[in-house]
Amino acid sequence: MSLLEIKNLTVEFRTANGPFRAVDSVDMTVEAGDLRAIVGESGSGKSVSMLAMMGLLPWTANITADKMEFDGQDLLKMSARDRRKIIGKDVSMIFQEPMSSLNPCYTVGRQIKEVLRQHTPLTRSERQARAVELMDQVGIPDPAKRLSAFPHQLSGGMSQRVMIAMALACKPKLLIADEPTTALDVTIQAQILDLLIDLQKTEGMALILITHDMGVVAETVDRVSVQYAGQRVEEQEVNALFTDPHHPYTAALLAALPERATGKHLPTIAGVVPGQFDRPKGCLFSPRCAFADDLCHSTQPGKASADLGEALCHHPLKNGQPVSEEPA
Amino acid sequence: MSAPILTAQNLCRHFEVKTGLFGGSHTVRALDGASFDLVPGRTLAVVGESGCGKSTLANLVTMIDTPTSGSFAIDGKDIQPGDELRDKKLRAKVQIVFQNPYGSLNPRQTIGKILMEPLLLNRPDIPADEREKRAREMVELVGLRPEHFNRYPHMFSGGQRQRIAVARALMLEPEILVLDEPVSALDLSIQSQVLNLLTDLQDKFNLAYLFISHDLSVVRHFADDVIVMYLGKPVEQGSKEQVFNAPRHPYTKALMSATPMADPANRVERIKLEGELPSPLNVPVGCAFNPRCWKATDQCRAERPPMSGGDHGFACFHPEGPEQ
Repeated sequence: MSLLEIKNLTVEFRTANGPFRAVDSVDMTVEAGDLRAIVGESGSGKSVSMLAMMGLLPWTANITADKMEFDGQDLLKMSARDRRKIIGKDVSMIFQEPMSSLNPCYTVGRQIKEVLRQHTPLTRSERQARAVELMDQVGIPDPAKRLSAFPHQLSGGMSQRVMIAMALACKPKLLIADEPTTALDVTIQAQILDLLIDLQKTEGMALILITHDMGVVAETVDRVSVQYAGQRVEEQEVNALFTDPHHPYTAALLAALPERATGKHLPTIAGVVPGQFDRPKGCLFSPRCAFADDLCHSTQPGKASADLGEALCHHPLKNGQPVSEEPA
Repeated sequence: MSAPILTAQNLCRHFEVKTGLFGGSHTVRALDGASFDLVPGRTLAVVGESGCGKSTLANLVTMIDTPTSGSFAIDGKDIQPGDELRDKKLRAKVQIVFQNPYGSLNPRQTIGKILMEPLLLNRPDIPADEREKRAREMVELVGLRPEHFNRYPHMFSGGQRQRIAVARALMLEPEILVLDEPVSALDLSIQSQVLNLLTDLQDKFNLAYLFISHDLSVVRHFADDVIVMYLGKPVEQGSKEQVFNAPRHPYTKALMSATPMADPANRVERIKLEGELPSPLNVPVGCAFNPRCWKATDQCRAERPPMSGGDHGFACFHPEGPEQ
């Protein structure tokens, strides 16, 4: 049994101009202890799919899925009250902007202990001891004293460490880190990423890293799924993805990395991500794709086989060249 | 290499900050002693983490702010505080593109108005029809379509807005363009389009770029020369090849090692820097980097290392690489 299994998840937001599909038929399977990333540009639905799983989307969101199970429990049938017992305990999440995810009115100690009060039967003094232990675990110097600090007294890196301590409070089985280092400087980013990987190993939890930074993906995780315009276009092991991407979008994205540039000009992807009103009829990437033909413009592609990274493409690439394969 | 268009000597900008009611005042050395040249057709990149003085430097060069001490000259003419007010031509020579194209364009002006405004203010001698003609040419030059001329900023994506910001900066035919993190708000696929545009424009107009960035991969691709800054002080400067291939200052080395590279086959052990950036209010005595440096000695904790090493300068008592 997988830790997390999502089949055919679609999220549509009701807007004044009609429905907007932010996540489009996304599948995901996470085993216990997995270390993986979801990578994509802004608007690719990478955060929304995880927020949908957590039940954190506003009422305007319409969430449908064939299957959404966490640790054997069906999240689709569960009441909001029952879901709250899992969220924050077995699944927890850290967000991009550490400075604004902490409540400025309370000390960080109180905010960490709130999680413990909600989800564990620990007594007051046990909660205090556990909070000190957590602060120590995430590498905050002088943890007992720092518990009484307010968020504005901490730097960005320290705030993110507090967020991680809070997320780890109940020893989650799955930690979702949504762009945890985007707001931080590179030397601090390196510290936080190392901390997350160490904790993932020692605690044996699964970690899903949501990011747009290909460098962070390459240096951190084992398995990657790539999202584009709400769809998961490809999923592969990290080494294979960077050496032999199967979806033309992944290939184009990797080619656009400045560190891979050979000449004075960088390879670009023409055009922009389709919006609410200009979604193409066929493959969503077809207007920008170098390999697109009539089939791509008219028909939505199905998934390719597993050795082609389940690429959502009519002509998945192998060593940079399209191979024709009937969708499985 | 042609003669520099701008030379800066030992530029400093200090701010007086009051700390509390009875705290007295402290000096924040936002920028402390930067010297560099900007050369037409070349790009000087300034890299460093937040609080290192990158944006203060941009403000000084664009004459938005005046230096506390030090001097700089444009085209051989020494700039005194207030000169930019007396001589509008001077200010027209240096233009800036800001980081966030969502904040830097007036939402109530059409693209045409945005582009014509610099001419309206600085070149009243140009008649209205000529002004519009130049703005329309500029729209096409930066890769937008003619019909975009009458649209408003909200109708454009981030990449297109940044093109508009670049177009506005070029309207006065500047010789120096300051690019303050021009691509860090953009997605990867759009980032490469804007960088290519900037490369083309530099070739076409022989512009000198001051490129401010925290992204070393972009700098490595885009820059010719590099200054690495830490807490307001340049710690290393030289050509791109010198700085990237043979970094001398430990901070440069650590910064490069901390930057994630998109190559999973070569995961290298990072240099782990302990601790955080010190507060600019309370800069360590001696070398500013000494509390985080693995090579720090008593000398580093007592004296501030001077910039040494000629055209590949570094401010360190115990540099990396070959001993001199």
